[in-house]
Formats: sequence, structure tokens, C-alpha cells
Amino acid sequence: MIFPIVKIGNCLIATLTEDIGDADAMDLQESINTRIEATGASGVLVDISALQTIDSFLGRLLNEIATGARLLGAETVMAGMQPAVAMTLVELGLTLKGVRSALDAERGLTMLGQHLNGGGQ
Amino acid sequence: MTTEQRVPIRIEQDIVVARQSVRELAGRLGFGTIDQSRIATAVSELTRNVIRYATDSTGDMYVREIEGPRGKGLEIVVEDHGPGIADLDLVMQDGYTSGGGMGLGLPGTKRLMDEMELTSAVGVGTTVTIRKWRR
Repeated sequence: MIFPIVKIGNCLIATLTEDIGDADAMDLQESINTRIEATGASGVLVDISALQTIDSFLGRLLNEIATGARLLGAETVMAGMQPAVAMTLVELGLTLKGVRSALDAERGLTMLGQHLNGGGQ
Repeated sequence: MTTEQRVPIRIEQDIVVARQSVRELAGRLGFGTIDQSRIATAVSELTRNVIRYATDSTGDMYVREIEGPRGKGLEIVVEDHGPGIADLDLVMQDGYTSGGGMGLGLPGTKRLMDEMELTSAVGVGTTVTIRKWRR
């Protein structure tokens, strides 16, 4: 499975789907790093709103994606975590300390300094 | 009584299949969104252990609806014929890992479920039984 990564302004955007497997997640990590290097992007938005399950493996990988991106000069925001997933992660004991999060993708982009025109703001 | 559902755990993608099928069943049985997430996450942890640690990386998951004093519930058994676990207390400690993970899998699974039983024999295999009761 390949997750497309689109670039808007200085941000890379990746949207994850529920059927993401371990190998897919590791591929994504590599693709994001490669694209940061190729594009010089300063922000990475990972839309996780479709994920109904984040287990300890995927949680750790999301953490590593954010840490790796930071070392390449890009900030990462995980956007749109479902409330049930958030509760489950806390009970699981996974705090995702190194990960910034946003309620939805639009707010995530704003956090990354990417203001989308079109809302007449 | 519903029939037992068996999901073979053979390849990594079966982790996804297992958690999706158990989530779907939990939803059908009337579990709420948060419990569905807890159950699916627990299954993801347990089936990954099969792929990561079982000698031949294979095992099976059995799912069935149960009835007890607390009403209806869901019972999931994940078994493998791997190397087994020598020290059961050790693997239930937060942060202990033998495989480079974070050591949250088994203790975390216990926190997500209502009941959990772990039996293992070195050289024979490991069986984990978890239950969640519907509120």
C-alpha cells in the first residue's frame, strides 16, 4: 500500500487509512523523510482522522516520524485523532510526548504556518 | 449462542484483518465506539506478538460471544505454538521488552480489557485469553 504525500506550500500532507499495516507505516516514515529532503518542506501534516486503531507499534512509529522530521528541519502535526483512539492510547500507556497534534487538518496546517486562502480571512 | 469465529494469524497483514473483524463483531454485539477501539487495539497487540515472537510466526485467534453474570461479552483467545514465555510476571511489567518494542503490549492489553489470562509453556506455546463485558 502506498500513501500519497502531497505538497502544499511548505507542507507535506499524508493521509493514513484504517488498513495501514506495519510495513506500510515503515514505508511511510521513509517516504516522508525522502520527501522532506527533496522538497525542503518545513512542515508535515499527518491526517490520522480515518484511523480507528492506533496500537503501540503505530504509536511509536508516529513518534519516530515526528522525531525524524524534526532532525531534518520540519515540524510534524498529527491531525484529527478520533476521541476513542485518544482514550485508548492513554489507557495503553502511550503518551506520544514528542508529537504535536491538532483537532483537524485545517487547524494542523495553521499550526504549521500554512494559511489556506479561500475562506476570505 | 453464536458460532466461534477463527482468524488465522500467518502474515503481518493478518494483524489488520484480525482487528478489523473483531471490531466489526464488537460493533454488532452493541459495544460502543470506545470499547470497540479498546478491543481492536488489544487484538492488534496480541496478534502482533504472534507474528513477532512465535517461532514459525503463526497462530490463531478465536472470537466468540459469551454470557456471564455481568451479561453479554466478547471473548478472544490468541494462541501460538512459539517459544513460550518463561517469566509471566516479567512480561506483564510495563516497559519490559525482549524484542525491541516499548513493552506496553501485554500490560497495556490488560488495561484495555476487563479480564485477561496468560498461560504459556516454554517450548510449547502461549495462549492469551481476553474478555470485555458489554455495559
